[in-house]
Amino acid sequence: MPARAAYDDVVLAVPVTIPYVRYSIKSAHWFLGRAMAELIAAAGIPKARIDGLAVASFTLAPDTAVGLTQHLGLTLRWLEHVPMGGASGIVSIRRAARAVQSADAEIVACIAGDTNHTDSFRRNTASFSQFSQDAVYPYGSAGPNASFAFLTDYYMRTYGAQREDFGKLCVAQRNNALKNPLALLKKPLTLDQYLNARLVADPLRLFDCVMPCAGAEGFLVMRRGTAEHLGLRYARLMGAIERHNAFPDDPVQYRGGWALDNEALYEQAGVGPDDIDFVETYDDYPVINLLQFEGLGFCREGEGTAFIRANTFEATGTFPLNTSGGQLSVGQAGAAGGHLGIIEAIRQLTGETLGARVPNARHGLVSGFGMINYDRGICSGAAVLAAA
Amino acid sequence: MPEPATQPKRKNPVLRTRQPTLPPASRSRVALGLTAAAARGRLELQVCRDCGAVQFPPREVCRTCLSHRLVWRLQDGRGELLTETMLRNAQELFFRERLPWRVGIIHLDAGVNVIAFVHVSVGAAPCRVHIEAALDRAGQAVLIAVPEHGRLDLSQDPKLREMTCDPRSRKILVTDGKSALGQAVVRALAEAGAERIWIGEAERWKKAPGFEALRELPQAMIVPLDVTDGNSVRELAGEIGAKVDILVNTCDCHRTFSIASRRGVETAQLEMDVNYFGLLRLAQEFGPVIKARAADGPTSAVAWVNMLSIFALSNYPTHGTYSASKAAAFSLSQALRAELGQAGVRVINIFPGPIDDEWDQLERPPKLSPSGVASAVVEALKGSVEDVYPGDVAQDWLARHLDNPKGLERELSEGAQ
Amino acid sequence: MNAAKKGEATTPPTDLRAILSGVIGSSGVRLVDLTQTLSPDFPPIVLPPEMGQSRPFRMEEISRYDDRGPGWYWNNVSFGEHTGTHFDAPIHWISGRDRPNNSLDTLPIEHFIAPACVIDCGAEASANADFLLTVGHIAAWEKQHGRIPAGSWVLMRTDWSKRTDPVAYQNLDETGQHTPGPDPDCVRLLVNERDVLGFGTETIGTDAGQAAHFAPPYPCHYYMHGAGKYGLQCLCNLDRLPATGALIVAAPLKILGGSGSPLRVFAIVPASRGSG
Repeated sequence: MPARAAYDDVVLAVPVTIPYVRYSIKSAHWFLGRAMAELIAAAGIPKARIDGLAVASFTLAPDTAVGLTQHLGLTLRWLEHVPMGGASGIVSIRRAARAVQSADAEIVACIAGDTNHTDSFRRNTASFSQFSQDAVYPYGSAGPNASFAFLTDYYMRTYGAQREDFGKLCVAQRNNALKNPLALLKKPLTLDQYLNARLVADPLRLFDCVMPCAGAEGFLVMRRGTAEHLGLRYARLMGAIERHNAFPDDPVQYRGGWALDNEALYEQAGVGPDDIDFVETYDDYPVINLLQFEGLGFCREGEGTAFIRANTFEATGTFPLNTSGGQLSVGQAGAAGGHLGIIEAIRQLTGETLGARVPNARHGLVSGFGMINYDRGICSGAAVLAAA
Repeated sequence: MPEPATQPKRKNPVLRTRQPTLPPASRSRVALGLTAAAARGRLELQVCRDCGAVQFPPREVCRTCLSHRLVWRLQDGRGELLTETMLRNAQELFFRERLPWRVGIIHLDAGVNVIAFVHVSVGAAPCRVHIEAALDRAGQAVLIAVPEHGRLDLSQDPKLREMTCDPRSRKILVTDGKSALGQAVVRALAEAGAERIWIGEAERWKKAPGFEALRELPQAMIVPLDVTDGNSVRELAGEIGAKVDILVNTCDCHRTFSIASRRGVETAQLEMDVNYFGLLRLAQEFGPVIKARAADGPTSAVAWVNMLSIFALSNYPTHGTYSASKAAAFSLSQALRAELGQAGVRVINIFPGPIDDEWDQLERPPKLSPSGVASAVVEALKGSVEDVYPGDVAQDWLARHLDNPKGLERELSEGAQ
Repeated sequence: MNAAKKGEATTPPTDLRAILSGVIGSSGVRLVDLTQTLSPDFPPIVLPPEMGQSRPFRMEEISRYDDRGPGWYWNNVSFGEHTGTHFDAPIHWISGRDRPNNSLDTLPIEHFIAPACVIDCGAEASANADFLLTVGHIAAWEKQHGRIPAGSWVLMRTDWSKRTDPVAYQNLDETGQHTPGPDPDCVRLLVNERDVLGFGTETIGTDAGQAAHFAPPYPCHYYMHGAGKYGLQCLCNLDRLPATGALIVAAPLKILGGSGSPLRVFAIVPASRGSG
């Protein structure tokens, strides 16, 4: 197999967050439109300079990126609709990077966002996928809570993880979030509160689950020269991987696609796990963090529990994790959940953090995961970013 | 050992009756293959004819070799419960109203994962189980993990009991309790623990052997019912309709005439008036009130059973007009199923072969005894099925019909004059 | 009694006008309804299941001031020709099938009003459901009331119509139906020697319930219809008629080739005559 091309000169800039709200009467187009407006304003460019667009959204239906293009009055040379849930951000980076590298586009906007009406979550869950409709939803209609309860139960029994281990991550992320003015969950969380919260789907309790909300995230992908010409701060893309439907014969998902490609990621990036100063994992439920720690080479398979016990995860800890609070403390704005970590990574690496700051952040890793089509998450991805 | 369902308390009349809700009913067309098998109490999964791989969830091409030649095959359902959870939250009203729900992932020995409800008598994961197919209240197939050994008894699980139409503690109307078959059905339901059985009787001046003995059953009450008379049906529905949990329509007018062997349509009209219009009258008068009580507590209105005939599937020419009347009833029962299904009330059709009674006197054995058919009715109510073909002849005709319906038509016409 | 005015058409005979004006509630005559209400509950005749069946009365509503017909109420009805209170024509029986004018549409209209002789068998029928009217009973009745005139109805009063429970009215057991009626000799007498118009009963048939076993079977049908005579069944209120002197109005439907029909049958009774 030929070596994968490097991401020379591809940069990410202009991290934008449209503040999350629990419920909104607006449509996804509003949140995505706001993100696009903020992006061009913060970049100081006219709308016409955006010639590439990658969109991820669950509630944009019946529109896709096509409908949004006309809705926003854009004319584009490059267009992607990325329906990969929490992996959409990483995949958008991979697609946009190659587009700007080959000059198929000059400035690609990567945006993700969703609205949240009082019945949105139920509707999205009920029609999530054909396999889910046929073989999951009729069994209690609990959505991802059921799917991750299975994963959590299996992981705990197989590897001996305790609820206290998961709780440690949640408490640390909440501590990170307390400094983030945009986080929806603003109250401190103690381990005791985490352990004794009401059950949702055994063994998951209230603080194991994200709060679905409305909002949007966005950033721009361009060549470094373009960013410097525009006077923008940026983070450099060093490496990126994606993998879909990894390990299909694993009886229950206890490892993610990253395990197949993490060596290629670090080789492409030219750094190793020890060089990573902070990690933004996809954290819709605590257990998936452990699969990312193991799959991305921070510890061996099955040793996530020991890894948690050996580290601290605040922004100033031994292993800064989800430094803005992660989805578990900031909120999950639908498909923007997988962009949240990218935006935070850009902020940390450009020195423009909203809240907690990782000292001397030079390299960051962002991970994405998503689409429990039936009994396991199908999509995964990760990217290594570096300061300019 | 789980407690059997105990005698429920009387209802508080001041409170609003709970309205029916349903589990999600939407399925892809290919997934309906599961429902077709579950309707007959079978677990079937797709198997690739080219590489042998078993498929789940249902799909259009083989997950291993991409062949489109997938066929539905009976499965033993043996496997291992890998992981489970107890759901305390649900998106849909139906599940929300009945929390919590025990569900799990089971890896079948056949090589696929299934997500299923887990019966209360199954031990904690990991453990060996086997998977059965059942019909949920939306009439769609669902999978249930039950202990590896022993007979499935859904009524032992307070949650899963709602997938059955368990006659225990319920009030049941048997529309014709006077025929031999009707009497057997009454007795079988009493044996199964029905709390009340209304026994419909038409033409009270005609005596039938064994009928008076039914009065000795403590739960029996004989009521006048003539399904050829709209007034009679309306009056009985007005009197007891709001109490009927299960309606078993045993009314049957069976004559043994082909087209040429009986001049005039008088006999065929009588067959139609009982077998088809009788069903229609019952459906119009009892249907709405049964639907309204479909979620009314542990002894809700739950099922409508039609005694059809295997002759409804494919006309038996020597009983030609009778077959046609049962086919008409069959078609109408599908409409009834769609209407009652809006509230989650199950329509169960029984298609017996020839019964050992005066009208099938000239049919050669094997023939069903009335008590044999009655057992099949009770078993269907206690299980989770909607299409029942009791006895060897019915199973034989069904197999031939599924294999080649035109061939069956030819084979049945051999005896016609 | 108005005198004819000059130039007008001749007025009808005075005695007929008197009868007609007496109908409107004076003390001249009274009317007695001899008809059971035609309803789905009224039991039909029972035949073995392998035979063609006579249908009971059934009503299917077409509309009732509703979306099926906003301003009106009406029904489709169905019944056998021999359902409820009904009239039998000679064509009904095999013995009468070649008689002239033997179906409902060809019967002489003059036969629809005729005098009646009412024979009270109430006590005997109450004691014995299989009671048979014999020539002896006829003789005893005639001794008291005079010879039965030709062209009269002979009505067998049994008070059977007071059995409002259909089970008691049918009175079936494993050996068949048990209801009173005439024996063969009695029928032959009424047909051959009295030339009656027809025979009427309160029970479900003009023949006794066990008449299938008589010689010939069903002698009342056999001989009456064989001689072009009629039957009336499921009558009621015969206990309100005098033994003689009542005039029966019995006009069946004019059905093409009809063998019988439900009908409204009533008696016109002179007010001076009490019930028999």
